[in-house]
Amino acid sequence: MTLIRGRRILAGAMTLVAAAALAACGSKTTDGNTSAGVAADVSGDTVKVGLLNSLSGTMAISEVTVRDSIMLAIEEINAAGGVLDKKIEPVGEDGASDWPTFAEKAEKLIREDRVAAVFGCWTSASRKAVKPVFEKNKALLFYPVQYEGLEQSPYIFYTGATTNQQIVPGLDYLKAQGTTSLYLVGSDYVFPRTANKIIKAYAEANGMKVLGEDYAPLGSTEFGTITNKVKSSGADAVFNTLNGDSNVAFFKEYKSAGLTADSMPVVSVSIAEEEVKSIGTQYLEGQLTAWNYYQTTPGAANEKFVAAYKAKYGADKPTSDPMEAAYISVYLWKAMVEKAGTFDVEKVREASDGITFEAPEGLVTVDGATQHIAKTARVGKIGADGLITEVWNSGEPITPDPYLKSYPWAGGLS
Amino acid sequence: MTTVARDPVAAADPSPTPPTRPAAGPSRHRYRAAVGFAFGAALLFAVAPLLLSDFRLSLLAKYLCVAMVAVGIGLAWGRGGMLTLGQGVFFGLGGYAMAMHLKLADAGPGNMPDFMMLYGQLDELPLWWRPFASPWFALPATMLLPMAVAFVLGSLVFRRRVRGAYFAILSQALAAAMVILLIGQQGTTGGTNGLTDIQGFFGYDLDDPVNQRMVYFIIAGTLLALLALARHLMQSRYGELLVAVRDSEERVRFLGYDPATVKLVAYVVAAGMAGLAGALFVPAVGIISPALIGIVPSIEFVIGVAIGGRATLLGPVLGAVAVAWARTALSERFPGTWTYLQGLLFVVVVAFLPGGLASLIGLARRRDDGEPRPSRFARFRPRRREGAA
Repeated sequence: MTLIRGRRILAGAMTLVAAAALAACGSKTTDGNTSAGVAADVSGDTVKVGLLNSLSGTMAISEVTVRDSIMLAIEEINAAGGVLDKKIEPVGEDGASDWPTFAEKAEKLIREDRVAAVFGCWTSASRKAVKPVFEKNKALLFYPVQYEGLEQSPYIFYTGATTNQQIVPGLDYLKAQGTTSLYLVGSDYVFPRTANKIIKAYAEANGMKVLGEDYAPLGSTEFGTITNKVKSSGADAVFNTLNGDSNVAFFKEYKSAGLTADSMPVVSVSIAEEEVKSIGTQYLEGQLTAWNYYQTTPGAANEKFVAAYKAKYGADKPTSDPMEAAYISVYLWKAMVEKAGTFDVEKVREASDGITFEAPEGLVTVDGATQHIAKTARVGKIGADGLITEVWNSGEPITPDPYLKSYPWAGGLS
Repeated sequence: MTTVARDPVAAADPSPTPPTRPAAGPSRHRYRAAVGFAFGAALLFAVAPLLLSDFRLSLLAKYLCVAMVAVGIGLAWGRGGMLTLGQGVFFGLGGYAMAMHLKLADAGPGNMPDFMMLYGQLDELPLWWRPFASPWFALPATMLLPMAVAFVLGSLVFRRRVRGAYFAILSQALAAAMVILLIGQQGTTGGTNGLTDIQGFFGYDLDDPVNQRMVYFIIAGTLLALLALARHLMQSRYGELLVAVRDSEERVRFLGYDPATVKLVAYVVAAGMAGLAGALFVPAVGIISPALIGIVPSIEFVIGVAIGGRATLLGPVLGAVAVAWARTALSERFPGTWTYLQGLLFVVVVAFLPGGLASLIGLARRRDDGEPRPSRFARFRPRRREGAA
């Protein structure tokens, strides 16, 4: 058939070209030394850093505030002379709430822009997607959000809380209040599921009962059934790991079911000042949150941060825990670089241990072994004005323990 | 590349007489196809690797995987009239099958993947993971698994004459269901994170740029092979029959053919292509997650095809690559506003070029040949086609 002959010509042509191309590729093997990592470009009088946040998609509402805080820190540092006499030049990329896009943009920032460090990511999924990219290229990521722990990448600095700095102290607080039974409500993704695993292990070891555990898909607004189950369980308190819009629907249902902060308090770990504003204080008043920083946290460093943020972005903009963690991540990087005397990633990592910073949340110390930071845990109550007031704190910064190795009840978790 | 685009279109042009292949200048067309493929191969195998940095080449590899899905959609939707809004399912099945094997290979024999220890707290590998340890099972599964699912679904749906919007909605529901299933089984599927941190590809270290290049060549070669397959199908008797079913299913039934079988073949082939694309996406990008296979990505696959021109051979490929490339380029240039620009681009193309970018080539060609070709446009308005029966 004519078709067959055509195919033969075609196959022949293709094979030839492929062979030529592969040969060209083979010769590149000798000079391909890029796998050892890409050195940051610091030849000019500026040093580039990458900003990797979702500016579009479902996560944009939260991640834009993180981007704003990082920009504020960069401006302040530049105004004060920069890092090692170089001004910081931010290169922004949009992760678009899409995890493979995060990986793509991370690679672009490292290989094309040759940034000295990257600041950003919010969801655990985006962090898991970029982690191999940073490890492969031996580049640095500063991750500013509380997360589920059980991770310790040599190329990531975690400036948000790990579980023993947020969830475990939150549970300690409930236990001290006499709570003996819990109901767990969360969004269906990695952080809530892992957090609830830890909560259940804690509850078992501390004589608390978990009366139920429910997950709603991310973005779900159907909470009638879950609220009814919560109500009929008669639990002392609810531990809430819902994320985003779902909180609005959940708290509305919660209130209309006749449940209140007095009858059955809800402890949330993903509701900060920004979210309180969008959910509505009428639904949240009196409920509890667990974080490391509130806009109301006392101290000169925080007053300065809040004032600077409001001056730049508007008086009605609140500051929150992830924003603060993002803000201090730039300062911590600066301190590490200055201690190391170079932007070289390995030297910066070596210099990181013991770096301290008077942060808005109080004194924080970098733990070189885990690359997390020691932070003070705080439980707060949401007020009618939308601000969160501290009702309890751990008294001193808690040493990070991402794998909960120092907690006997967590033995089977990692 | 234009030469390739012209050929199959011309070949499938309805002619008043029924022969399966147009009689006009067959040898000229044959050369055109061979030259076109050689040109495409030269572009993918020589020009792109020489011009692009390692990073850009790995992006191109990713685009080409999307293009493979597009080839299948072009066949099923452009030629077969089935609006496959759920190709993410097949892409995901292929991707997960490959990723499961690579994760197991990374972990080493007898070990469990890292995420399972973290989230699952399982004592041993779940039963349904075990066969994927063998490449002899996993590799065929990347294509056969999606094809089997498509076969079962297609047999049920096409026999019952489910068409149009109902078929599209069904495809979407399947994609949504699969995402919910994967997220719910965090301990064994990695949940929302998906399967990440894939280090090796059959013994080759994926961190090494040379091996990344190899993956790119495999992807480029596979895409060309799939194009050749699609071209062959489109030009065969079967291809004519498929177009006939698209345009008038009842008439084909009365002629004694079974339209359900005709559609099923295109649907299953498209699913296999999507599965293969998913499988190759994994070593190229290093991640497969529910976010890549749900409703939104499934729609995005179709958008690329619509923009490129769904009824042509090369249109879907060019459209998919163009959309993916525009996405990257716009988001790098305008990180704050790129989504608006992308939307604008879609609106402009759909409003002014309903036949997709491929119709630009058609317009240019009409000018070349100096003869009007009304049938080309009739293709997008099936009812007014001439000579369909």
